[in-house]
Amino acid sequence: MGTTDIIVKLILIVVIFLISLVIAMYSTYAERKIAAFFQDRLGPSRAGPFGILQPVADGTKMFLKEEIIPANSSKFLFIVGPSLAIMTACIGSAVIPWGQTLQIGTYVLDLQVTDINVGILYIFGVVSLGVYGVMIGGWASNNKYSLLGAIRAASQNISYEIAMGLSIIALLMTTGTLSLKEIAAQQHGWHWNVVYQPLGFLIFIICAFAETNRSPFDLPECETELVGGYHTEYSSMKLGFYLFAEYINMFISSAVMATLYFGGYNFPFMHSLGLSSNWVTILGVIALFAKIFFFIFFFMWVRWTIPRFRYDQLMDLGWKTLIPLAIANIVLTGIVMTLLK
Amino acid sequence: MSIFYFIAFLTILFAVLVISAKNPVHSILYLVLTFFTFTIQYILLNAQFLAIVNFIVYMGAILVLFLYTLMLINLNKDSEPMKTNLVKIAAVLGGGCLMVVLVGALKALGVSQPVVLKNPDLGLVKNLGKVLFNEFLLPFEVSSLLLLSAMVGAVLLATKDKKTTA
Repeated sequence: MGTTDIIVKLILIVVIFLISLVIAMYSTYAERKIAAFFQDRLGPSRAGPFGILQPVADGTKMFLKEEIIPANSSKFLFIVGPSLAIMTACIGSAVIPWGQTLQIGTYVLDLQVTDINVGILYIFGVVSLGVYGVMIGGWASNNKYSLLGAIRAASQNISYEIAMGLSIIALLMTTGTLSLKEIAAQQHGWHWNVVYQPLGFLIFIICAFAETNRSPFDLPECETELVGGYHTEYSSMKLGFYLFAEYINMFISSAVMATLYFGGYNFPFMHSLGLSSNWVTILGVIALFAKIFFFIFFFMWVRWTIPRFRYDQLMDLGWKTLIPLAIANIVLTGIVMTLLK
Repeated sequence: MSIFYFIAFLTILFAVLVISAKNPVHSILYLVLTFFTFTIQYILLNAQFLAIVNFIVYMGAILVLFLYTLMLINLNKDSEPMKTNLVKIAAVLGGGCLMVVLVGALKALGVSQPVVLKNPDLGLVKNLGKVLFNEFLLPFEVSSLLLLSAMVGAVLLATKDKKTTA
């Protein structure tokens, strides 16, 4: 790996980081606009044309608010909590293949930061680390509502991680690799994994909702019971980091779903259009982002349509429905694969 | 090699902090860091799969459950019962005996030969899977049975005894 490679990778990392932040920013705007549409209102409309500057105004407000650290809190951990939340949200994007290769002169640019051969497990590890941000923040606040929110987050994440892992195992049986790059490449030309693993995808998307703490699984921050949940005591940009981490997580999990089940950067007829490979790559990146935006919209669609679960319903769904279904899916996949061999 | 020594130093530092921290929650957080240094060691050994599994299973699941339990039981200094001196002396004696045994055992060992693997990529998923499911299939299956029995046992302990509650 030469110096150029390292510089190119650094630039790629910075670009992906900025894109995640911008998408997270505008997800807040999109969420409010979509909520407004579902509830037949206008939504943010004052800052700029169609309220397009609203996220900038919100962000500035977050930065300028007074920082409050509760007197009886554990100060260091109180700051570590949101930092961990935003960090784990940002490092997940490293293994996602954003597109094929771009040829610039003689240099071949790979639109993926790193292709480690345990890519899926890396994503999984990052997801499981994400709960620490919520738990540490909730505990350090020294507030019973925060603690209850943190405990809910931990038990919910652990419960749904199992079903998520089991649904991925069935996918791995059909793909035979853990590398996200190879999985994306295998889905060329309508061989999208969702066709082969419809049940697995259903389990995966439900678990993705639970892992990102999105409604109908947003019990860790359930206002009617827990004030603000784990971020009750937070203010200013530390609160902003928690909220931001949720939107980045949503973006990353949409990207993972698009890559694992919906063909990644592949789009129909990509090699029969007669375009040069660079253009195909760029169109592929656009196709991937279109899929990602659809999933982000889907997250919001569900949030403003379905009410929150009760806690026992949440646990029942995770342990008594999704895990048996995921195991059945593995067995079914195994039988079908042996029969077709 | 210098990276190894630095990470090993961090491992021992965090491990000492685990037992010296006053607050049990801080203890667990130091344990998380200790396990994280293990993960780095595995990566240095080119055992990517083991590294990521250690990360997911120990850091992501087991220690979250530890933390969860500790947050619930709310250990304060007042609620912690004071141990009698007899127990303390017995603990010191027991620990001392263990140390003597460990030191004796280590002294008897010769300087270990550095193991040179035939295949340096053994830790990658593909090779590891082939080794596990060919050469070591029986031990693998036996250990999975062991885990299953542990799971059944845990479920049995957790379910209420119908005779006593009814």
